[in-house]
Amino acid sequence: MTAPAIAYNFAYLDEQTKRMIRRAILKGIAVPGYQVPFASREMPMPYGWGTGGVQVTAACLVPEDRLKVIDQGADDTTNAVSIRRFFQRTAGVAVTEATADATVIQTRHRIPETPLTEGQILVYQVPIPEPLRFLEPRETETRKMHELEEYGLMHVKLYEDIARHGQIATAYAYPVRVEGRYVMDPSPIPKFDNPKLTANPAIQLFGAGREQRIYALPPYAEVVSLDFEDHPFQATKAAHDCDLCGAKVSYLDEVITDDAGGRMFVCSDTDFCAGRRARGLIGRLGGDQKSSKTFANSFQGIWPGTEGAP
Amino acid sequence: MYVAVKGGERAIDNAHAWLAEERRGDTAIPELTVAQIRSQMALAVNRVMAEGSLFDPDLAALAIKQARGDLIEAVFLIRAYRTTLPRLGASNPVDTGAMQPDRRISATFKDLPGGQVLGPTFDYTHRLLDFALMAGGATRTSPQRQEEAPPSPLAGEGRGGGVPQPVPHVTEILNRDGLIEALAASDATPPDLTREPMELPADRALRLQALARGDEGFVLSMAYSTQRGYGRTHAFVGELRIGRVAVEVDIPELGFAVEIGEIEVTECETVNQFKGSKTEPPQFTRGYGLVLGQSERKAISMSLVDRALRWKELGEDNIGAPAQDEEFVLMHCDNIQATGFLEHIKLPHYVDFQAELELVRRLRAEATALREAAE
Repeated sequence: MTAPAIAYNFAYLDEQTKRMIRRAILKGIAVPGYQVPFASREMPMPYGWGTGGVQVTAACLVPEDRLKVIDQGADDTTNAVSIRRFFQRTAGVAVTEATADATVIQTRHRIPETPLTEGQILVYQVPIPEPLRFLEPRETETRKMHELEEYGLMHVKLYEDIARHGQIATAYAYPVRVEGRYVMDPSPIPKFDNPKLTANPAIQLFGAGREQRIYALPPYAEVVSLDFEDHPFQATKAAHDCDLCGAKVSYLDEVITDDAGGRMFVCSDTDFCAGRRARGLIGRLGGDQKSSKTFANSFQGIWPGTEGAP
Repeated sequence: MYVAVKGGERAIDNAHAWLAEERRGDTAIPELTVAQIRSQMALAVNRVMAEGSLFDPDLAALAIKQARGDLIEAVFLIRAYRTTLPRLGASNPVDTGAMQPDRRISATFKDLPGGQVLGPTFDYTHRLLDFALMAGGATRTSPQRQEEAPPSPLAGEGRGGGVPQPVPHVTEILNRDGLIEALAASDATPPDLTREPMELPADRALRLQALARGDEGFVLSMAYSTQRGYGRTHAFVGELRIGRVAVEVDIPELGFAVEIGEIEVTECETVNQFKGSKTEPPQFTRGYGLVLGQSERKAISMSLVDRALRWKELGEDNIGAPAQDEEFVLMHCDNIQATGFLEHIKLPHYVDFQAELELVRRLRAEATALREAAE
């Protein structure tokens, strides 16, 4: 671990800014699913790279925390590495890849497979917090629609999907209704993850830096994915098992292994997958020489001469 | 292979090392100094200061060097640094009327008190590549500088001294005759979009703040669109002035204002034709632009967009032009927000893409089944 840089305050942001963010978080928790405007700061990473999540994490962190950062479910994707390093450098907190050991988890696009527990905080990076944005581009209008609980437009959109495609054609960022009140964008998680949102013992915080919004789900909040009685919500995933650990219930990434249609499916949650393999659970291609970390570089003929090639 | 985006800790380090090497370029060529950039790339420095919302030519020059000349990246560096600075207070409004301008022109009057001062401008230069610069030829010095007093220590190079003359604002001259809309002075604390989330509808002060740090290209195109008829406001450049102004701060313990420094600004006031509306009599109206540094293209653009955005208070029709649309302009003028969100799509999205893949496969399978059933 690197020593915290002296020039900056703990977790980079100054205390007044953290206080302002914490107030927004508390308001968000008090009004679940409501988008609280906050004075988002310019961070040393670009908008769109998780500045909202980073600010929320910075406001939540205490020196005793153990931080986990994932992107696409993986701890070792470049941006997850970069954000984890940022907090190692500026806050000096312990980091972990184990979901169960983490006190704060910052995520982009996934909810970990391992169920979260009380006392944990899950921080989502959010690009467009407004679930109605692609139906109505104006913020002034969508705020009014939330105020008036005017969500008919969203139901019409879902209905039109069914009329046109026979099903709701939204695969990720699938809209939810929180505690029977606010319609909320769960961030671009696959809809496979939506059922994990509801009655979750952890605190779930959503930060959108560029759009200057924070919203939250308190523990055990009721979160319902929008649907119709005759077209109930369905969580979907690739109809395969993980080729590395054999898991049947985890969300899978599809990896192209050659240019002749070859592919394999692997858990997107690297900690979940590694944990299963450590317990001896092996999938179709999960010989023990492969881990999800090294297998990416292990395709002979396509990516020759890199480390980890078998 | 894209999956190699995983396991990236070493890749990140190597990429950064390579970037540093590329930034330096050919080591047989002397390295640029920050001072060289500051003094010889002054207009780039000005743009970085304006859009970075921080008046510090040295830091802006450093940012340009570090960003390899990518000005938006340099603005980003300045913005990220700026956020870490405490805001100690607000200055008194700067008095641009007290400015001794390096450049001051009016397009509405042939001559006027304070005179027309061309100053260091590209206007009327012939845009012919000067190969003497490439050969390292001698630079011309301005005759005024040779003849006159030594340059003011407060001003940069090449500016003469001389006896200060009052340089009243053109709009004030029009105001005396009641020909231009009156604007009431206000001591209200202006909003600060760097400390409060942007709330719409915005007042004029907030709009001007957003435009002042908005992307020059975006604001230019918006202004240009009004000239071509998308929300036309018939603007005359009543006055354009560039120079240094004193920044004064009230010190409560002392009970009076203290000058804490000087900044260079460009101010543009447009005088806009106005035939009157349902609520306002015929008179000239105003557009306003104020930008850090010498940035006259930006200042003129800003004043045109400012005027276009004022349609509601002046009782004009909204013809649906982009430059009249406050939410559209304000939400999209910031290049740091725009470039961040635009470029983030190169980050991995394979979880979402996988979800889309499954959906498209399912929809196709159903469509195929339907077609086969029909045949």
